[in-house]
Amino acid sequence: MKCRGFRYCRVLTVEEAVESFVSCEGEARFLAGGQSLLPALNLRLSAPDLLIDISRVEGLRGITLEGSDLRIGALTRHVEVLHSPLVAEYAPLLARAARFVAHPAIRNLGTFGGSLALADPASEFPACVLALNAQIEIAGLSGRRRVAADDYFLGLYETALEPGEILTAVYIPAGRTWQRVCFDELSRRRGDYALAGLAAQATFRDGGEVLTALRLVFCALGSKPMRAQAAEAALLNTKVDAVAIEAAQHALSQDLSPDEAEDLSSAARLHLARVLLGRVAHALREGAC
Amino acid sequence: MSNASDIPFAKTTKYIGAALPRATAKRFLFGRGRYTDDIEVPRMLSAAFLRCPYAHARILAIDTTNARKFPGVHSILTGVDLARICRPWVGTLTHFAGMKSAPQLPLAMEKAVWSGHPIAIVIAETRAQAEDALEAIQVEFVELPAVVDALDGLNEHSALINEAAGDNLIYATQIEAGTIAQAFEDAEIVEADFIFGRHTAVTMEPRSILANFDPSTGRLDVHQSTQTPYQFQDVYARHFNLSEANVRVVAPDVGGSFGMKLHVYHEDMAVVGASIISGRPVKFTADRMESFASDIHARDHRVRARLAVSSEGILRGFDVDDVTGVGPFSTYPRTSVVEGNQVVRLIGAAYRVTDYRAALRVVAQNKNQMSQYRAVGHPVAFAVTEYLVDLAARKVGLDPFEIRRRNYLTQDMYPHTTATGYQIERLSLEICLEKLHEVMDYAAIVAEQERLRRTGVYRGIGIATYVEITNPSPAFYGVGGGHVSAQDGCILKVTQSGEIQCMISVTEQGQGTEAIIAQIVAEAVGTDIATVRVFTGDTDMTPAGGAAWACRGAGVGGETALQAGKKLKKRIVEVAGAILHCPAHHLTLVDGRIVDAQQHTRMTLRELAHLSYFRSDLLPAGRPAELTVAHHHGPSGFPFAFTNGIHGSLVEVDVETGIVKILKHWVVEDCGTVINPLLVEEQIRGGVVQGLGAALFEECRYSASGQLLNGSMADYLVPMACEMPDIEVYHVETPTRDTELGAKGCGEAGTAASSAAALNAVNNALSVFGASITQIPMTPERILRAIGAVG
Ligand SMILES: Cc1cc2nc3c(=O)[nH]c(=O)nc-3n(C[C@H](O)[C@H](O)[C@H](O)COP(=O)(O)OP(=O)(O)OC[C@H]3O[C@@H](n4cnc5c(N)ncnc54)[C@H](O)[C@@H]3O)c2cc1C
Repeated sequence: MKCRGFRYCRVLTVEEAVESFVSCEGEARFLAGGQSLLPALNLRLSAPDLLIDISRVEGLRGITLEGSDLRIGALTRHVEVLHSPLVAEYAPLLARAARFVAHPAIRNLGTFGGSLALADPASEFPACVLALNAQIEIAGLSGRRRVAADDYFLGLYETALEPGEILTAVYIPAGRTWQRVCFDELSRRRGDYALAGLAAQATFRDGGEVLTALRLVFCALGSKPMRAQAAEAALLNTKVDAVAIEAAQHALSQDLSPDEAEDLSSAARLHLARVLLGRVAHALREGAC
Repeated sequence: MSNASDIPFAKTTKYIGAALPRATAKRFLFGRGRYTDDIEVPRMLSAAFLRCPYAHARILAIDTTNARKFPGVHSILTGVDLARICRPWVGTLTHFAGMKSAPQLPLAMEKAVWSGHPIAIVIAETRAQAEDALEAIQVEFVELPAVVDALDGLNEHSALINEAAGDNLIYATQIEAGTIAQAFEDAEIVEADFIFGRHTAVTMEPRSILANFDPSTGRLDVHQSTQTPYQFQDVYARHFNLSEANVRVVAPDVGGSFGMKLHVYHEDMAVVGASIISGRPVKFTADRMESFASDIHARDHRVRARLAVSSEGILRGFDVDDVTGVGPFSTYPRTSVVEGNQVVRLIGAAYRVTDYRAALRVVAQNKNQMSQYRAVGHPVAFAVTEYLVDLAARKVGLDPFEIRRRNYLTQDMYPHTTATGYQIERLSLEICLEKLHEVMDYAAIVAEQERLRRTGVYRGIGIATYVEITNPSPAFYGVGGGHVSAQDGCILKVTQSGEIQCMISVTEQGQGTEAIIAQIVAEAVGTDIATVRVFTGDTDMTPAGGAAWACRGAGVGGETALQAGKKLKKRIVEVAGAILHCPAHHLTLVDGRIVDAQQHTRMTLRELAHLSYFRSDLLPAGRPAELTVAHHHGPSGFPFAFTNGIHGSLVEVDVETGIVKILKHWVVEDCGTVINPLLVEEQIRGGVVQGLGAALFEECRYSASGQLLNGSMADYLVPMACEMPDIEVYHVETPTRDTELGAKGCGEAGTAASSAAALNAVNNALSVFGASITQIPMTPERILRAIGAVG
């Protein structure tokens, strides 16, 4: 298929982008890496009148340390996240997850902000951002605001972004209080969206034996990145031994109730989430992530 | 044995059997491939199709008024417009007695019978404009109940797809040999119900056609991504009432075909019709979604099978029922019953079994058409056979290798006729079996498997035998009235500088046909391969022939080239003899040099060509220097050249997730004379990957209402490099004596039993849980259910 005709403009500032969006008669869309938007256009699933290319907007690219936060600009490519020494040091969870995101050709173009703006429930970065307790910076007509990841992901492809707003950056607490992170996923083919994915951040005390803080966020198991608080509770203040892991796996049915997917029943999806939880919890305990 | 000349063909090893890289690969690496979609001609229009969104629907009205006004639109045609100029086609053959199938026209008329059935064609300046206009066509449908599951289609209350037929049964047949009831008496019996999902070819280059009709001459020029240009020359001439000599079909570079591109598709017929009606060149290239919805699908079988075995592990008889769903009608011109027919005839073919019963029912469904795809019927037949043989081995306490040893056909039994009537010249089953045992290092991998099992790692080892139909004679289609050639033709000409041009009717879709033909011609003529150019895929330029289907390029095309080469060599030597005043039988041609009995070079082929073309005045009077020869060859002797081989598969099953990792795959194959081991091995490997795709990943999934659920590359999983194991290939050579070359086919051998080997390997891994799986693809969910991890 060929996409429907559209107008195109390239903007160089956030203000210009927002301005172009609100003054557009008809439907406008921002274009970042194009790795999700262009396939949608070519399938005629989406047919905006205007594409506003933000890929060269100043200041939206790059990874920096700002005070106690690691700032990742929205236009940072997946490949940059994968290889950044700053990410490896202050947000290693993202570096681990990045290698599960698509294939090299897509990672070379796809953007971190685009992934979060789209909020595909199967995507790795949204789950990580939620596990990392990050802040998401949004720019619109009325200026910039920050939204906690907990309040950002609202539903299926639905976020706190209002029409015409741009996701400009993500701020990740870089205090290094989290001692262990783990990202793992199950997929039938390498590079595919996962059957089940799990991002985890954990702190252990008592010589690294007892788990004292934990955020577990699943991808591909609901309409958005899914925090698993019942499972977290079952593991907190334990030594993450076999009994605790089993309790957490059991508790997972309170956190997740996946729909039947195309070739997986809801029972199988929950089963896979439990298996993954078991593997990730084990890895956290062993520090082998 | 056909003998084109009295010069015996010495099977030297210079080119035949040599591991030469293929010359054409370089062109692709340089980005110089030229596919149908790359071809642009003046005044060309692009086509797009409006397709039925329902699996089964009555069409009450089509309104194209608004759509016609869209920018760039030249015209919009519907079923009635094309029915005026196109004779309907019916996908039946007379040797399948009693089969019935509805006549087809390029576009749906009063009824659409699958979701994707083309209803209207828009031709416009660009494809994007044509697609814009599609959205403005209005169709009034009445959705009808759909037949989705083949078994449901047999139900007497089922909806009817072809009302005139009275039921949905396209074809049924029974085979009975020996005394089946007796075979099952006092025997151990193993049985299973199998489900084989639908999958499809997913060629890198999708289907594409550019039709260019010239109303002033009645000339039709078609460029088409096909493997069988001569067949389409015939089809277009007959169905559009054109002079066949005035129809040219060219297959430029073709990016994979696998049987998918030899069937008649509604879109292709509509594009040809649209060019005839508009007088403009019209191009259509299927996009990926259209490919999934309209390229033929493959398999779709439910098989219930039983095997009787004695307590000593001697196989006694097979009892098989196959129901296969083939879509709304039988495909033209080769039918959709060949696949099922081969399933019920190939089961057990490698074994000494004389008691046999099988029943086949071919059923219509409101799904995309199902027809011949690489290894037609073989993967199903061998998955059933080899699964049951393994089960029998377990039942009587034998190792999988041992039970095969005890039951294979052996060297003293040839020629052999199978219980289902196939005549087999000679196979090398036992040799391949022992070779596989050795190269797998069977004892070592079994020991490793046991060791790992104690650590919670579940590996499985599976083997699967195949017997493959190659070098087909007209027994396949011709005898049933099909306009499908089983012979091939070749023209060889010496150029003015003494190089060789070869125009041959076998075709190239990336498998290296042109490379092996060049090797054979160079060998047979006695010249340097660098001076041989092979041309294929143009009905104006080459003789007519079967082209590419059912593994025949090497066996049939190769023999054609060999005999043509010998003819040319004889001719060259005669001319040389006349020039040199020397008896021709004292001369021969070696590496492009005419040498005498003392091995002295008397002249070069270049000098001979120079004299023949530019100084014919110097040649003896009455001695025409005809440096062009033609030769045709069709299989004779055995109706098919059966090949054989065996696959081995080593897998690791993650019993928590149901995900299977394939660790290694081995194939020992016997395709007779190996012309180029590199190409045979690549054929095998590519085929193995397709079979492993079928075993683990590929499935066209339909909803209960007949909607294809996963018609995109994101949702339809093809195996990727990361998931594929190392594939080791070994050769055993048992040449056919029906030809001088001795080559049989190898193109389907990789696909024929790789899925069966993987199935057996996974089941071997699952056996410790007392679990088994008899459905492919073996998805995580299905494996988890088999183990009982998910209820
Ligand atoms: C074959 C394939 C496999 C893939 N596999 C994976 C995978 O395994 N995991 C995964 O996570 N992703 C995967 N992706 C998606 C990929 O990661 C995309 O790059 C990403 O989802 C979107 O980023 P983008 O920059 O390409 O956004 P675009 O495609 O340009 O835009 C996507 C959407 O977000 C909006 N948008 C983009 N940037 C902003 C912004 N800064 N502010 C506001 N709105 C914005 C756009 O308007 C559009 O609606 C895959 C893609 C492909 C083609």
